[in-house]
Amino acid sequence: MTLVLTEEQTMLNEAATGLLSESWSVSDLRELRDSAPAKAYSEPLWQSMAEHGWVGIVVPEQLGGVGFDHVGLGQISQQIGQSLCVSPFFATAIVGVNLILQSASESQKQDWLPEIIAGNTTLALALDESRHFSPQHVEATAVKQAEGYVLNGEKRFVIDAPCADQFIVVARDAGKMCLLLVDANSPGVTVERTTMVDSGNAGLVKLNNVSVSADRLLQASDDIEAALARILSIANIHLAAELLGISIEVMGRTKEYLQERKQFGVPIGMFQALQHRAAHLWSEIELGKSIVLAALQAIDANEGDLQVLASATKAKLCEIAELATNEGIQMHGGIGMTDEFDIGFFIKRARTAQTLFGGRSYHLNQFAKSNMY
Amino acid sequence: MSPFEYMTDLTEFRQQTRAWLAENCPDSMCTPFQSDDDQCWGGRNFEFQSDDQKRWLQRMAERGWTAPSWPQEYGGGGLDKQQTKILKEEMERINARIPLSSFGIWMIGPAILKYGSEALKQQHIPPIVRGEIRWCQGYSEPNAGSDLAGLQCKAEDQGDHFIVNGQKVWTSYGDKADWMFCLVRSNSEVKKQMGISLVLFDMQTPGVKPRPIKLISGSSPFCETFLEDVRVEKGQVVGEINQGWTIAKYLLTHEREMIGGFGISEGESLSQQAVRLDDTAEGCLSDTVLRADIAAWEVDAMAFAYTLERVADENKSSQSIGNTSAMLKYYGTELNKRRLELLLKAHGSDGLVMEGQAWHDGAIPKSWLRSKGNSIEGGTTEVQLNIIAKHILGLG
Repeated sequence: MTLVLTEEQTMLNEAATGLLSESWSVSDLRELRDSAPAKAYSEPLWQSMAEHGWVGIVVPEQLGGVGFDHVGLGQISQQIGQSLCVSPFFATAIVGVNLILQSASESQKQDWLPEIIAGNTTLALALDESRHFSPQHVEATAVKQAEGYVLNGEKRFVIDAPCADQFIVVARDAGKMCLLLVDANSPGVTVERTTMVDSGNAGLVKLNNVSVSADRLLQASDDIEAALARILSIANIHLAAELLGISIEVMGRTKEYLQERKQFGVPIGMFQALQHRAAHLWSEIELGKSIVLAALQAIDANEGDLQVLASATKAKLCEIAELATNEGIQMHGGIGMTDEFDIGFFIKRARTAQTLFGGRSYHLNQFAKSNMY
Repeated sequence: MSPFEYMTDLTEFRQQTRAWLAENCPDSMCTPFQSDDDQCWGGRNFEFQSDDQKRWLQRMAERGWTAPSWPQEYGGGGLDKQQTKILKEEMERINARIPLSSFGIWMIGPAILKYGSEALKQQHIPPIVRGEIRWCQGYSEPNAGSDLAGLQCKAEDQGDHFIVNGQKVWTSYGDKADWMFCLVRSNSEVKKQMGISLVLFDMQTPGVKPRPIKLISGSSPFCETFLEDVRVEKGQVVGEINQGWTIAKYLLTHEREMIGGFGISEGESLSQQAVRLDDTAEGCLSDTVLRADIAAWEVDAMAFAYTLERVADENKSSQSIGNTSAMLKYYGTELNKRRLELLLKAHGSDGLVMEGQAWHDGAIPKSWLRSKGNSIEGGTTEVQLNIIAKHILGLG
């Protein structure tokens, strides 16, 4: 395996850049934030993503997908970071689709995947119950009944909660972790939008005696915790790719500003105090590119435990994105603090993507534990 | 040759190489270096540590495998990229030591092959391959460090030769080397970069006086070298007179990549060493702050290792990201400094002991102190950041 993109992966990268730059800009995000619609994303763009096959990129061809790889999918994740595009892509195409591919039975896949790939059914993973990421901490219950299950619990930081058609709920059946697909319109499901700093579609999901039929239990593998851990590793690697995109974009915008903005009669990029910080940031981003590509390739290779590399990658990109966005604002000076200027949207999205499924300290801790120290 | 024949050829080459190494690499040369003293540097004055070390060098040199990719007509191995890689892999497989550590092979040899006259190649390349001549580098001067192009060591034109006067500093192993490749000012009337020549001379030439410099680590890998009326034949100029800066930059790039590789360390991981060394009652890595620092370092080291790999892969497939050597040098050396700071802390008070067998005669504090030079030699961290800002980011 070499650490370069193949021709097909490069083409997908270019296609993603093309579609997103044509159909989306930061001003669209600004408009969504200010108008606050119920589904805060562009439906035509989402449909267009689906038509391009993006939702089913890693789905095998016999199930109606493209049968391509995670390195390819990661190119889209990175471009989403660069463009700050808001869409159901992460929750549906990355978390949802991969969970179904891994944990659904063949008949469930055939029932669900076509509508998902077509962009008609959106998904959201309802996992978190505490403010700090702790995937073992699941108190939501699924009590077995004659006809299926009855669900109770409360989930927070559910990405796409206000606009998802189906929730994948993590609950415990007599203490044992299980995954259930829950229709958002089921009686007893209430969704409360949480207005997050990134203006995304997160929310609280309350489950009050929700009846779910038995055929909605996802249990293709016995070890649900291991299955969920792998999905979280995949999700974190794609979040890292998104954070890489954010960092690259912020670096590019900041570099341009350093070349244009004049003080003391010269472009501020002439000052060594700023040059060295920019050069350090650039070096960090180069390291970020390498580890993200290696991690995406590791998902595709599907050999052994993905968690160590996933944690290393997420930890590193959290650090890089934090540095990039903080330096981005500081180097822009006063204008970087204004709402009118776009750079602030990047730091807001970065912190949300960093926090989702564990930030730097969480993953450094996991990394150390996995390496036996 | 068809691709298929070539691949069969490579398989055969691997088998032959494996068999030859099994027969010719002495057992004692299949162990990791215990210290820097175990390296074989060759040259007129080198004292071999063992017959095995001498035999291993001679056998490898006979096949040109001390410099496997160099042309056979000058004594090199004549191997192509694939074969060179196979040789390296097969040597690693049996933990074979490199037979010869040499600034001749790493630095001046490639420059002579690229820029030198036919006569220079004939004269200098074969003895480098055989490990007969040990080279040192005369670059920095007391007043030309980061501003290397401002060097003042003067070469006066005397028709068929130059007379060189001046002082060089940070000459690696200047007291042990046989020849020096040296940057001199051959024209002081023009822009500073345009009046520099790269010349070669024997360290036994009258007027050459190297004097070791003792470092904070206690060792003396560097010298200051005084040059008084040193005669250098014009035939010993590499490339054109006054065009030495181009070659100097080429060599600096090589050097940076080499030093940047220090960011990678082999053997027992930093965290496992720290776990082994934790003898407090609380048990392994009870110091959670140190644990976090080590984890952050290991993640950075991992990302850096992938970056070295990616840069190499991109160079091969010509998706080059451009001038990366400055970044690799910067990041690699800073990583190495961080590693040794953490290792020192993991050793606790033992890490400060400079003498005594139980403490390997201060191996830990000595390498910690030595590492401080990593971000100075071969162009400081600040010079590398200048290069990135100027040439890659287009600032200033």
